[in-house]
Amino acid sequence: MWRLEQRSAPSVPMQVATPFIALAASVIAGGVLFTALGHPPLPALYAFFIGPVTTSYGLAELAVKATPLILCAIGLAIGFRAGVWNIGAEGQLTLGAVCGGGLAAMVFYDASGVWLLPLMLLAGAAAGLLWAAIPAFLRTRFGVNEILVSLMLTYVALLALSALVHGPWRDPTGFNFPESRFFPPDATMPLILAGTRLHLGFPLALLVALIAWYALARTILGFQLDVAGLAPRAARFAGFHPERTVWLVFLVSGALAGLAGVIEVTGPVGGQLVPVISPGYGFTAIIVAFLGRLHPVGIVLAALVVALSYLGGENAQITEGLPQAVTGVFQGFLLFFLLAADVLVRFRLRRVAHA
Amino acid sequence: MSVAAAAPPRLKLRGITKRFPGTLANDAVDLVVRPGEIHALLGENGAGKSTLVKIVYGLLAADAGEIRWDGKPVSIQSPNAARALGIAMVFQHFSLFDALTVAENVALGLPGSRSVEALAPVIREVGDAYGLALDPERPVHTLSVGERQRIEVVRALLQEPRLLVMDEPTSVLTPQEVERLFETLRRLRDAGVSILYISHKLDEIRELCDRATILRRGRVVATADPRAETAATLGALMVGGTIGGAAHHAGPASAAVRLEARALTLPAMSPTGTGLTGVSFAVRAGEILGIAGVAGNGQGELLAALGGEVATQPADALLLDGVPIGALDVRRRRALGLAYVPEERVGHGSVGELPLTDNVLLSGLRARVMGALGMLDRGATRRYAAEVVARFQVATTGIQAIARSLSGGNLQKFLIGRELMQGPKVLVCGQPTWGVDAGAAAAVHQALFDLANQGAALVIVSQDLDELFLLADRIAVLNRGRLSAPRPAGELDAEAVGLLMGGVHGETHDVAA
Repeated sequence: MWRLEQRSAPSVPMQVATPFIALAASVIAGGVLFTALGHPPLPALYAFFIGPVTTSYGLAELAVKATPLILCAIGLAIGFRAGVWNIGAEGQLTLGAVCGGGLAAMVFYDASGVWLLPLMLLAGAAAGLLWAAIPAFLRTRFGVNEILVSLMLTYVALLALSALVHGPWRDPTGFNFPESRFFPPDATMPLILAGTRLHLGFPLALLVALIAWYALARTILGFQLDVAGLAPRAARFAGFHPERTVWLVFLVSGALAGLAGVIEVTGPVGGQLVPVISPGYGFTAIIVAFLGRLHPVGIVLAALVVALSYLGGENAQITEGLPQAVTGVFQGFLLFFLLAADVLVRFRLRRVAHA
Repeated sequence: MSVAAAAPPRLKLRGITKRFPGTLANDAVDLVVRPGEIHALLGENGAGKSTLVKIVYGLLAADAGEIRWDGKPVSIQSPNAARALGIAMVFQHFSLFDALTVAENVALGLPGSRSVEALAPVIREVGDAYGLALDPERPVHTLSVGERQRIEVVRALLQEPRLLVMDEPTSVLTPQEVERLFETLRRLRDAGVSILYISHKLDEIRELCDRATILRRGRVVATADPRAETAATLGALMVGGTIGGAAHHAGPASAAVRLEARALTLPAMSPTGTGLTGVSFAVRAGEILGIAGVAGNGQGELLAALGGEVATQPADALLLDGVPIGALDVRRRRALGLAYVPEERVGHGSVGELPLTDNVLLSGLRARVMGALGMLDRGATRRYAAEVVARFQVATTGIQAIARSLSGGNLQKFLIGRELMQGPKVLVCGQPTWGVDAGAAAAVHQALFDLANQGAALVIVSQDLDELFLLADRIAVLNRGRLSAPRPAGELDAEAVGLLMGGVHGETHDVAA
């Protein structure tokens, strides 16, 4: 019989190393999977991990996919550090896109001016914030589990988007496709690298990461979140109010997810609302947050790795004829090996005799 | 016991050595327990007592050394192996299910399956034989701590042990309950059971035990007949030298009242907690008020209410220098000069995973360790932590050490130092020296005296009566959320306080609460 035994002190170098170990294990498991699917593993792995980033366009795409992941994961990580579990970033992202995009598609579709895009970004962030305020309110007021509420509200948001683009927000000149009008030109993300889709959102996400890094490491706010997560009673002893922590976390992470949503529809999605605007960025951001060790710098790196799994899946589909589902499988591998490695950093396996 | 002396020792340890990273917990320990003797294992916290009994009970494996049982060498790989030999253990912390009855709890703890109905008469029988009165049908949550311990003892006895190991059994009992436990242990000894009795309470050991093995820093420093020793000589053996007594003179009775509670009432903070009912007291400048009581009688609620973790209605139920503070939160109370040291050091008074430099921030926000705009001034934080460590002689690898890595005594010195550095007018402290070695306890006591001598008012909530008699000018007892009227410590003795502590938790109540 095997038993898990807690280590007296987890090794710090190992804690830093686990994301890399998990990544290596995922690559190996990916190779085994490709072989089992009847593809020679090395070309398939090349197509998945290397091929997409051999061109400058590919690198730019990597940054494009990483942008919403960084924004959502930063917000989630702030909560996870404090022991507050917002699982609904996908819904907050969607509602941010609906409100920010709706402004351009339904109200200001004839307008122009530099004020339009900032207004939409603000509206999107505000919508994500309000959507996240619902679980925060229910948790602090009635003690309702925030995991369930934030998760369920995701499906409400996704269906709301679908209902709007299939119904009242459908483009009157769009041949009945379930899509909104195109946004006016001033309501799209400026591109920053010619010949690619790289847009202003990426530096914006990096700026958010930088601010989060500073706030977490250097301000009383970051300290308060860490204490709330590590020792709730010590947080009360210090005079940090647990309700305020829940509110803060949900409002910040909701606003960031909402921001990510508007950036998607004004950028890569193409300047209109469509029934599906995110391949699950809000959920994948949970993996990114943990892979990045809940640290803003780690999250930026992790977001690039996970973004590669989206590009790799598309590329492997084109060049190797692999199903696109390998993207999800690879993300699953990554989370699985990360959690397993984390367990082994904190515990050791010991063989015990049968009692 | 003349027969016993001729038989081989029931348990004989030779050269038991156990090393943990950084410490040698047991260094070539020899120990002999004879049949039918109560053998004390005496030592400070951290002397290696627990490690040694864990080896005997099969919870840890020794790195070197030999165990002989009835003269034959044995290897004890697991608690099951220990039980098979006839070794039973009663732990300091009980493992009982509150919602189940006595008999159900006993049945759960026994190997094999025996029906609850069949056990009830057996429990009564064993109880009668050894003075362990227990009603098998009673749910555990209606029992006092002393009665709960009896369940553990009965459970151990049903395995018909030949060696009973008891780890600090009296730390949670009232003096009257201790007396009853001793009576049981003596009967067991007379029936031929050997008892290994672990404690650091010198008077108990002198009263109860036939022989004592004294451990210091993992080594056996002496084997003695405790009855032939005085508490002072045993204590000197245990700590390796005499400890300087601390001194305090209470302020004049006319000094101003600094902290006053007026009929403080608070609902229980958790389903297993005890609310406060009409708690009233006043502490003057330079005075130390001791609050005694068995754990679970509202201590947690009282500390939280005084410290400010929960607000109390009305606001003037609590006054600090005449200012109503009942509605103020922890930080506002701190700003007014009220310092608070919670009972639990790791997880409440400190965050175990964070370094000392971060832990000073928990209560030290006010004390200029925070820069403008919520930015942390890391330099100031480090200086503050270093000063606490230096002034209160905290043994640590450095100010970047995480709180959990400090020993109980050193962490407590740090936590109390963190508060004293801010020059509080009132200090509320829970269990100042619980689980702290004698040297650190003396340092903590001295620091508390110094604070009182500087004119602060102190409220000490502790389950350790010896400590309260040493520290307090006046003592009150908390029982079921009610506080007895504080009386001068000189007018009280342990028995009087013990009766108050027992209160309605006494031995003979028939009505479940």
